[in-house]
Amino acid sequence: MNGADAIIKCLEEEGVQFVFGYPGVAICPFYNSILNSDINSVLIRTEQNAAHAASGLARVTGRPGVCAVTSGPGATNLITGVATAFADSIPLICITGQVNSELIGSDVFQEADITGAVESFVKYSYLIKDAKEIPRIFKEAFYIANSGRKGPVLIDVPFDIQQQELKSFRYPEEVKLRTYKPTVNGNALQIKKVIKELEKAKKPLICAGGGVLLGEAKEELKVLVEEYQIPVVSTMMGIGVLPTRHPYYYGMVGNNGCPCANRAMREADLIMMVGARVADRAVNQPEIITKDKVLIHIDVDPAEIGKNAGATIPIVGDVKHIFADFLEYEIDGIYDSWINTLNQYRTELRPVRNPNPEYVDPAEFIRYLSERMKDDAIYVADVGQNQIWSCAHHIVKGGRFLTSGGMGTMGYSIPAAMGAKIADSKKQVIAVCGDGSFQMSMMELATMQQHHVPVKIIVLRNNYLGMVRQYQHFTYKDNYSVVALDGSPDLEKIAAAYGIKFERVLNMNKYEQAIDRFLANDESYLMECMVDPMDLV
Amino acid sequence: MNKKVFQLLVDNTSGVLSRISGLFSRRGYNIESITAGVTADPRYTRITIVASGDDEILDQIEKQVAKLVDVRNIKVLSPEESVYRELCLIKIEVTPDNREGVIAVSNVFRANIVDVSTKSMMIELTGNQSKIEAFLGLLEGYTILELARTGITGLSRGFQDVVWLDN
Repeated sequence: MNGADAIIKCLEEEGVQFVFGYPGVAICPFYNSILNSDINSVLIRTEQNAAHAASGLARVTGRPGVCAVTSGPGATNLITGVATAFADSIPLICITGQVNSELIGSDVFQEADITGAVESFVKYSYLIKDAKEIPRIFKEAFYIANSGRKGPVLIDVPFDIQQQELKSFRYPEEVKLRTYKPTVNGNALQIKKVIKELEKAKKPLICAGGGVLLGEAKEELKVLVEEYQIPVVSTMMGIGVLPTRHPYYYGMVGNNGCPCANRAMREADLIMMVGARVADRAVNQPEIITKDKVLIHIDVDPAEIGKNAGATIPIVGDVKHIFADFLEYEIDGIYDSWINTLNQYRTELRPVRNPNPEYVDPAEFIRYLSERMKDDAIYVADVGQNQIWSCAHHIVKGGRFLTSGGMGTMGYSIPAAMGAKIADSKKQVIAVCGDGSFQMSMMELATMQQHHVPVKIIVLRNNYLGMVRQYQHFTYKDNYSVVALDGSPDLEKIAAAYGIKFERVLNMNKYEQAIDRFLANDESYLMECMVDPMDLV
Repeated sequence: MNKKVFQLLVDNTSGVLSRISGLFSRRGYNIESITAGVTADPRYTRITIVASGDDEILDQIEKQVAKLVDVRNIKVLSPEESVYRELCLIKIEVTPDNREGVIAVSNVFRANIVDVSTKSMMIELTGNQSKIEAFLGLLEGYTILELARTGITGLSRGFQDVVWLDN
């Protein structure tokens, strides 16, 4: 057994079934050993997408996604994907090949200091110096990635370490980390204080972030909300914590959020931020959630509490446990009139759109699409106008809504959708992107075909980088600079070249039938929707 | 701007110092000095960092550092409850005429003369920062050729604050 065999054994011990990656000489021992295992390798077409695909898988399974790439450019190409996962606290294990140990630091072919380069985007990183350390390091890495505030862990493995002979292999049953102990249980006194404040409050509001999903506390939130009739809004990463049409859900907050949700944030007298980091796009002025309000901030990461807004009651811990603790209490709050007010806002504050009848109206299109999607379907939104339309109009029934929230990485949707589909092949998985983001990940159509991953893709095409064009429209008075996507290919021919079904929707005439055809098909499918280039979100 | 002295106990792994200093630079925290050295238990390194910023920043520094996987413990060393020390080496240009004066000032501060040449003298001084500042103030009339300061290292007073390291 050599180091590479040991790595594969570690992955098997962790129940890993898929590795996304791209080989090169420096990771070849690993890719040789994987042939003797039941683990499937997925050959992605560029390394960044290996991290995105692993992210999609991680978000669906709740287990770290694994990617393995070669040294030098393979490793550096991975960085944007790692940073994307880090920004959204998605657990990844990134294995990178490295040049021979004794050559490290001498600038040999395909050498890059990857642990140094990703330092600010990983939760932790390792450079393995002895193959005997492999079992301990992998055990630790999986634990670190998927506990506390989750995130990517990178393991750099020099070529000679992958080839180093090992006499024995024993995977540790427990991690022994002297320095890393994330808090799980919320402080009981603080929890009691929250209950008291909830009883005093007239207009309480829960603002749920991605942490609720990462902490697998969706069910607990639902019970809490229904039991005590507390209204809920969410951040972009929190979309899907409750079904969109749940009576107590009032939409997404923030710059691009729904007016009713933002109004609720302004008027609430108690806000419970849960698993949300009070980021600028969700809460652009922290006073909104602190001034004349009780702010309860619940997060597994103590550093997020007080970073952007001072909390009245901070609680550090695992959200699932904390919600369970809340449910031990009876809360005598009566919020009927607050809920009536919010319901009124929900009907009154509907943004009015004036869609151009010559094009597809993305709002109406996405609404119909999500109505027709299966209840547990996974919707992956890319970045740009398509993302904002998706957030505003996609109706989550019981499935998932995945997107790159923190980093806003264009090109995320197709590889992440592939990862999600691979993780759960029975689920309907749909990626929605713009023509800019599509062209950033177009090469993955080949991966879909090679590995038979029937992802459905919708491209909202406006021949512009719409979000930037919109910004230039407002900020630079239509002085457009480098936003026209002229020269983009005919997507019908692209689809044909990859052997993927295609349909183009020009306007709202019979678009329903097109969506029905799209959803009824079990194969990969590319649907192009022509959107008004001047449309605004 | 306030100043705080943080004491960290960290795993003695390769790269730990770069992880900590990297955190300060990427989040834009001001670091005034940093000292590091192995503890009685070779698995751990003790790091003393002097940082400045407003209270919110100092609070964030404590939390962000505590979050690093390698960090076992971080605490603030308050001036009242702690002992701070810094070591300073000062090389002064001297002439036969003014050499005696330097020696006299050094004696008052219990500084040691550790090197003498015909044109220079090197003084070693240990103390808290105000002592060192006061000493440097007294050398104003002389030409300082080279100055090396270690930055503060410190420990909290008494028994109750000791961080017990598990096996």
